[in-house]
Amino acid sequence: MPVTVKTFTNTHDAAAALSSDRSARYLGGGTLVMRALNEGDISISTVVRASDHAMTRIDASGSRITLGAGVTFARILAERDLGFLHAPARSIGGPAVRNMGTVGGNLFAPVPYGDFTVAMLALDAVVSVQGGLGGREISIDEFLQTRDRQTGVLVLAISFARPGSTDAFRYRKIARIKPKGGAVITLAAHLPVNGSRIVGARIALGSMAPTPIRARAAERTLEGRALDASTISAAAAAAVEGTTPGDNALASAWYRREIVGVHLRRLLSGQE
Amino acid sequence: MAKTALQFQHNGRDVAIFVDGGTNLLVALRELIGDMTPKFGCGQGGCGTCSVLIDGELHLSCLTLAETVAGRSVETLDGIKDGPNLHPLQRAFADNFAAQCGYCTPGMLMAAKALLDRNPQPSRAEVIEAISGNICRCTGYEPIINAVLAAASGGRARA
Repeated sequence: MPVTVKTFTNTHDAAAALSSDRSARYLGGGTLVMRALNEGDISISTVVRASDHAMTRIDASGSRITLGAGVTFARILAERDLGFLHAPARSIGGPAVRNMGTVGGNLFAPVPYGDFTVAMLALDAVVSVQGGLGGREISIDEFLQTRDRQTGVLVLAISFARPGSTDAFRYRKIARIKPKGGAVITLAAHLPVNGSRIVGARIALGSMAPTPIRARAAERTLEGRALDASTISAAAAAAVEGTTPGDNALASAWYRREIVGVHLRRLLSGQE
Repeated sequence: MAKTALQFQHNGRDVAIFVDGGTNLLVALRELIGDMTPKFGCGQGGCGTCSVLIDGELHLSCLTLAETVAGRSVETLDGIKDGPNLHPLQRAFADNFAAQCGYCTPGMLMAAKALLDRNPQPSRAEVIEAISGNICRCTGYEPIINAVLAAASGGRARA
């Protein structure tokens, strides 16, 4: 069924169009919205686009990094300053999907996708959104918990602090098809260290709930401790707490619950 | 609903068509321009047989809103041969038995071309990565990988 395509040169107008029409969806790279249209999703009657260059800007020069919502995974892979994000970017799709898929779109990707968002959640990112009544910033945790209600806002950018060291950020995607495939589970950890103690641990899990979630129980086991064998064991044992994985063709909920601790242990131990 | 005028370069030739809102590039190429080389596979971005180059970058035409290619260059498999002469990649695919049913072949060739255009001497691992978004249910991939390596810079590909 034909849809109306509205293209705007600035994000304010695009956000206004998006918020005023419940059947409007924002088209970023197309990997979600075009798929829905191809499948005959009649809930979409208007596609909104914005050609504002701010949407594709990368600011990675300082300690605070900002990625425009329209930044593709291929562009992240081309940025030397974003080396710590190359693993999550490379784990998404094949080259064509990485040329198309965007950081902003990934926030809305359903299980078993949305791997980059897992990394963003571990980095405590902040999502900048523009609604009909103005702009605001929202924590990614809150954004994901209210994601179903966010389709009427325009995501402008996502920002986060650069990890203090290369070892502080870790990422692991478990997939049956390599190098490309939907996730069985995805894990990301940010482990800032003060002295030898972890301060402000963040562990994010993908495919363990309808949206990426934080493994708060596992985070608590790491807080204030050195990353030794006993701490890692405690975190691995707590990994499954609070998760609500589902069944799909890639894995059952039971399997996901069984392996999440195993892979968190490997992630924290630095094992391949 | 009104149609939208769309102009772009198709295999080096300027084309102008009218598309319905929401039409994807694959439908525009096949049904409005008559280029049947990109295939419809899954319509979800999972199989890669609709792959084309947009401004030299590999894209999935089934997930590309046709209107987004206005003023841009779209290259399909139909454009890579030189008259009656096959492109070296096509010749290598034939020589290495890299096509069986042939349905994935257009996408495989475009993914391989995207790789060789920027990296004329890829390693085996780089070839595997380059075609990782393209599914083949016949060959087991090995003949395809061998064909791309054979085509690469006259066969001087790295191990």
